[in-house]
Amino acid sequence: MKEMPLLLRALRAPACMARLSEDEWDLLLRQALASNLAATLGLLAEEAGISAALPARVRRRLAWSRTVWERHLRAVAFELRQIQKALRDTGLPLILLKGAAYTAAGLPAGGGRLFSDVDILVPKERLADVESVLMLHGWAGSHHDEYDQRYYREWMHELPPMQHVRRASVIDVHHAILPETAAVRPDPARLRAGARAIPGRDGYYTLAPCDMVLHSAVHLFSEGEYHHGLRDLFDLHRLLCHFGADPGFWAALPARARELELARPLCYALRYCTRLLGTPVPAGVLDAARAGAPNPALLALMDALFLRALQPPHPSCADAFGAAARAALYIRGNWLRMPPLMLSRHLFHKAFLSPKAEPAQ
Amino acid sequence: MLTVAGLGRDELVARLRGPGLRLRTGPFVTCVKSPLALLAETLGTMYADYPVLGEGGLADFHVALSGSRGLRRLLRPQVHFHYDGMAPFQPLPLDQTFPMFEWAMNWCVSSQAHSWLVIHAAVIEKGGVAAILPAPPGSGKSTLCAALVNRGWRLLSDELTLVRLDDGNIDPLPRPVSLKNASIGILREYAPQAIFTRPVADTVKGTVAHMRASSDSVARAGDAASPAWIVFPQWRAGALAELTPVAPARAHMRLAGNAFNYSLLGAAGFEAVARLVGAVRTYDFCYGVLDDAVAVFERLLLERA
Repeated sequence: MKEMPLLLRALRAPACMARLSEDEWDLLLRQALASNLAATLGLLAEEAGISAALPARVRRRLAWSRTVWERHLRAVAFELRQIQKALRDTGLPLILLKGAAYTAAGLPAGGGRLFSDVDILVPKERLADVESVLMLHGWAGSHHDEYDQRYYREWMHELPPMQHVRRASVIDVHHAILPETAAVRPDPARLRAGARAIPGRDGYYTLAPCDMVLHSAVHLFSEGEYHHGLRDLFDLHRLLCHFGADPGFWAALPARARELELARPLCYALRYCTRLLGTPVPAGVLDAARAGAPNPALLALMDALFLRALQPPHPSCADAFGAAARAALYIRGNWLRMPPLMLSRHLFHKAFLSPKAEPAQ
Repeated sequence: MLTVAGLGRDELVARLRGPGLRLRTGPFVTCVKSPLALLAETLGTMYADYPVLGEGGLADFHVALSGSRGLRRLLRPQVHFHYDGMAPFQPLPLDQTFPMFEWAMNWCVSSQAHSWLVIHAAVIEKGGVAAILPAPPGSGKSTLCAALVNRGWRLLSDELTLVRLDDGNIDPLPRPVSLKNASIGILREYAPQAIFTRPVADTVKGTVAHMRASSDSVARAGDAASPAWIVFPQWRAGALAELTPVAPARAHMRLAGNAFNYSLLGAAGFEAVARLVGAVRTYDFCYGVLDDAVAVFERLLLERA
């Protein structure tokens, strides 16, 4: 592999940005924009106390991205209030997942992070109630094709995405964190039982710290799409650095992973966070997590795939095998979703029977 | 200072094909890459006076226009726009290369340059003060703008008015003026000395041609202007040139509706529009004949003095 991309160097040690030339900034900003991490980069420079020392043109470019993020924060705050209002009649707590959770809880992982959907977690037996109150408040279901409906409702861990008819905001209503058809199914009741109220944000909940990390890991390492791979890995890095300040967290993490049958994704998360981002993980935790590793041959293959797919999705970071790695991970992502026979039927249907989407203008 | 014309044709082509041409337009530097001869040729003419930077350094935008590959090259060839590897738009027929370049350049600014309130409006200056002409397509905004800049006004921009968020002044972004359909012939007659691109038929906007920005407006791209008027033009056949005042609250909403990033900027966007509307006189302007319209603008200038 080539030398480490500038963006990874900046994410590992933000203070190094103070010494970059204009040529290097040109490339760094392009890698960050392609990775959806430009606003994050600006916040990291601020945290490192080097913003004022950056070239004026760089500061201007970072400020543009920051403006977009600030607008995103306002929009998310508004949407969350609307979702909470809609859910009030169900009596359910508003449990937020992923980006919405980091943002609402003010976690460092929410800094600069943009996302297009709000993910929430509700009990499976209340899905119908939640769906109908959201519809009453203006969110309409998508994927009206009969096959897609069955795909989501029988096999997946979420409803078809619901989009607001006027504001176009999208909610993904989850009842679990992995598909019904996957080999591993962490018990969602345990995740909900551990949920924590966000201090000062009445009625908003996140998963417990360990569960937040594990969900982020299982999401990243069972995905098929890696366009946001580095951004999601950086989420994990930020979560681990933040929660890791509490020694109890590190002691609990491997045990909780075993309990939820998520030792494998935790192993990958710690392995690639430490390798690519230099995350400070205690040696004992790395040892404990290694119990979740696959056999050495498979691990070598996974290294070859993930160490490519988690690079910035920018032409300057691509090597000859990058596209092949992403394609292999796409197949793997689907493979993990459902058993082989079911998968082959699904792909056949998608390829030959489903109506084609309208081409974009 | 090195300009596109100063590079010479061979070096222009070499930069476009190789490391990219770092082109300065107003406050922005764009790195342009393209192997297309049609783009090199038109850019060489329409951007002859624009400053060019060296091969390295920071560019605000990275754009590439390329042709079709394989069989497509022979059969209905197309032009593809890429923004640093991403393809935000569908390809267009190859003869629309220059219009696509112009639209892509506008898109780079309107979607990212949030240190300004970016209004979809033409803007022109004389005597240090500027008139902003916001309008929906088809209202005759560009035609009027093209006429005025051929009668002594300075072109600040034909499409994108950049209002500074700190002091409310307008930063120029002079680039070719886009003319459509009947306007092309009208302006050729009205300003025979101006330089136009070859008209391109059957674009989404009909037939399109671009008029080169004057050398003076390009040379003075660093001179900001303070806004004095907002004029919403509306061309109507046979109409008398007539200004009708617009109430400030109404002007605010109409301006907000014409700004690309009004809601994105939040409170700063509201304040920028409020300050702008507070600092200028706003009119609806109906006109039928370009010379009458130009006379009205001269009168505005005199009344102010």
